[in-house]
Amino acid sequence: MVKKIGILALQGNFQKHKLILDQLGVESTYVRYSSSLDDVNGLIIPGGESTTMTKLLDRSGLFESIVSFADKNPILGTCAGLIMMANNAMDDRVNTFKLLDIDIERNASGRQIDSLVESLTVSYDNIQKRIDATFIRAPKIIRHGKNVNVIAYYKGTPCAVKSGKHVGLSFHPELNGVSLFHEIAFNNIINNKEGLHAA
Amino acid sequence: MSKGSFEVKVGLAEMLKGGVIMDVTDSKQAKIAEDAGAVAVMALERIPADIRVDGGIARMSDPSMIKEIQDTVSIPVMAKCRIGHFAEAQILEALEIDFIDESEVLTPADEKNHIWKHSFKVPFVCGCRNLGEALRRIGEGAALIRTKGEAGSGNIVEAVRHMREVQSNIKKLSKMDDDELMAASKDMGAPFALVQQVSNLGKLPVPNFAAGGIATPADASLMMQLGAETAFVGSGIFKSEDPASRATAIVEAVTYFEDPDKLLNVSTGLKSAMKGLDISEIPEDQLLQERGW
Repeated sequence: MVKKIGILALQGNFQKHKLILDQLGVESTYVRYSSSLDDVNGLIIPGGESTTMTKLLDRSGLFESIVSFADKNPILGTCAGLIMMANNAMDDRVNTFKLLDIDIERNASGRQIDSLVESLTVSYDNIQKRIDATFIRAPKIIRHGKNVNVIAYYKGTPCAVKSGKHVGLSFHPELNGVSLFHEIAFNNIINNKEGLHAA
Repeated sequence: MSKGSFEVKVGLAEMLKGGVIMDVTDSKQAKIAEDAGAVAVMALERIPADIRVDGGIARMSDPSMIKEIQDTVSIPVMAKCRIGHFAEAQILEALEIDFIDESEVLTPADEKNHIWKHSFKVPFVCGCRNLGEALRRIGEGAALIRTKGEAGSGNIVEAVRHMREVQSNIKKLSKMDDDELMAASKDMGAPFALVQQVSNLGKLPVPNFAAGGIATPADASLMMQLGAETAFVGSGIFKSEDPASRATAIVEAVTYFEDPDKLLNVSTGLKSAMKGLDISEIPEDQLLQERGW
């Protein structure tokens, strides 16, 4: 069977992630029901509002399904997606999956007026790449555990992390057409490994 | 580092997709909206249905009321300024509002010019009735477009008219030959570069949301199926009998807009919707959608 990546599409910018996967030549599907997870080998949790996602995950029964899906399959979360993956979001309005051993503070970088595009260096598996990243009302990782591998920093604070199969980012690579993190998270699903290791 | 670029402004609009933005007049309503799953709230002193009844001049809301809402919720907070009133917009920017709605719901301050929105760091949303109007607003720097509909009417007919106008004109543009685009630009009164861009993309270069008259989960689904990417709900929630349940139902209706079983489920057992107005009952000089050009 052709391997496919699901994009959680309860709310947020799921379309831009689909464009990245299209460019990588990877099949994808939007996930709004637990049953959709049966057909996918990885999941993207996009940016959006984590309070909204919490409500919709709870009402759809998807919350439990994603927790068990994450045991065996890789998850990539961006911004609100990263918040949802954290151990603790320090906010009782948000119920997280606890997939990454990090604590996170929502909207720690300020309101929209402080949103920005910044260029970052990503260091992963002997690869060093300079990429553009968009931070929108971004959250901040305020603690990370020993097993969490920080692959990029912004002003000394971790903004991209990998832990086991899972990857979480406090910014939006998909708004700058950057596919690097999709390639890292779904390395085993995307066949052309050369893409990741190419200069 | 670039703060306040057009890309960063559109970035926030992207994050609001597939959601519901609710009008709220105090922190209590804002809390209800956030608890129901709203992606943002629009802070204003009077919702459109009341502005319609009260008459008088409708202005930017009191900053202290907006501030209280900002302190209450964690989701983005939007606020309205009058068409052309860039001083109100400057105050809202100083207040660090997340999105400014240059809105026909308030009494226009300039009958000829809209705000030059490129000179602000915070993003703007503007209403439109057709594609030409949408592209003029984008030309001035709007990062998000919504239908005008007829605010405070509880009647979806105008929002449908405006969304259909925009979508059918996009379809027409995307089928045109290059040599037809200049005439199209002239007929629509729209900037040529944006006409070319829409013709190439087959969609607006910024997100396209629905507003003006959404009162039920079915209304929200209808607008999404017509091509809206998110729904603004103004008077529809807090003028209904049970705002919290209606707000929750509309949030689900936007996510599952293509699923009739789910829509049936969320539409069942809701208490009364807002009463609403037939458009013919509204005197022509009181139609809010006629404000702006």
